[in-house]
Amino acid sequence: MHIPDGFLDPKTWVAASILSAGTLSYNVRKTGESLGERQVPVMGVMAAFIFAAQMINFPIAGGTSGHLLGAALATVLLGPWCASITITTVLVIQCLFFQDGGVTALGANVLNMAIIGPLVAMGIYTAVTRLIGDKKGVTAGAFIAAWASVVAAAAFAALELAFSGTVPFKVVFPAMIGWHVLIGFGEGLITAVVVSFVRSIGFGVDWQQKSMESGAGS
Amino acid sequence: MVLLLIALAVAVFLSPFASPHPDGLERVAEDYGFLDKGEGSALVGSPIPDYLFPGIENEGLATSVAGLIGTLLAFGIMYGLARLIAAGKRAQL
Repeated sequence: MHIPDGFLDPKTWVAASILSAGTLSYNVRKTGESLGERQVPVMGVMAAFIFAAQMINFPIAGGTSGHLLGAALATVLLGPWCASITITTVLVIQCLFFQDGGVTALGANVLNMAIIGPLVAMGIYTAVTRLIGDKKGVTAGAFIAAWASVVAAAAFAALELAFSGTVPFKVVFPAMIGWHVLIGFGEGLITAVVVSFVRSIGFGVDWQQKSMESGAGS
Repeated sequence: MVLLLIALAVAVFLSPFASPHPDGLERVAEDYGFLDKGEGSALVGSPIPDYLFPGIENEGLATSVAGLIGTLLAFGIMYGLARLIAAGKRAQL
């Protein structure tokens, strides 16, 4: 759901860019607080994987496709602040090198996919893993967090389009939510499978333990 | 590093088989007649538009090459940026 140039009006993309820039500077600081030398390659690999996975559109229904967003995947494996930076990096590369997502819409795309996505994923993943404490909780949490992060990102994209006067809210909101409720199942499935696999080979960061110690969990 | 290899394999071998259908947002833009607002409005040109490496006739191969370059770029840029963030932390201590 990379918004191209031309879909958003200036007031919307400027506002979204300011909001994203402010949040990102906070996220960079939070990432810096916990980032160890060993996690540097982990972030690189995560960005590479998300870039590659985002190229693979899977058909859903009625001649429409979806692809992995990766917000929940990166959040579960790296924590929300690191995930936000990683997905932003991918979005910037897609925008500058591959013309996927407009330059003016970059702030809005970052807001939807690299800020709202990881935040929603963090909230839901934390809630589910507290409810179900074992491996099942990790898988279920990853699936539901992934589904919800896609739907939330789509909701924000719809809001931005409506706010821009591109398309009426009552038209675009149900349409965007409708498709992304379906795409979210693909996201959930891929995220749950990849999380189970990479956890089994010991990839990722135990960010929840850390955030709970510092009282910043939930 | 197994994962980097998996990512590269996905980008190179699976990308030509990705669904050509519009994604959720493109579909909505098509259905409600605002897709044309985005046509030709890209503000800056890109070296590899639409994930097709220019100058390669075979579309599948052009996609694979674009995927390979993009995946390596994502790894390299993120690696460098993460090092900077980690170094910035040390500088503050």
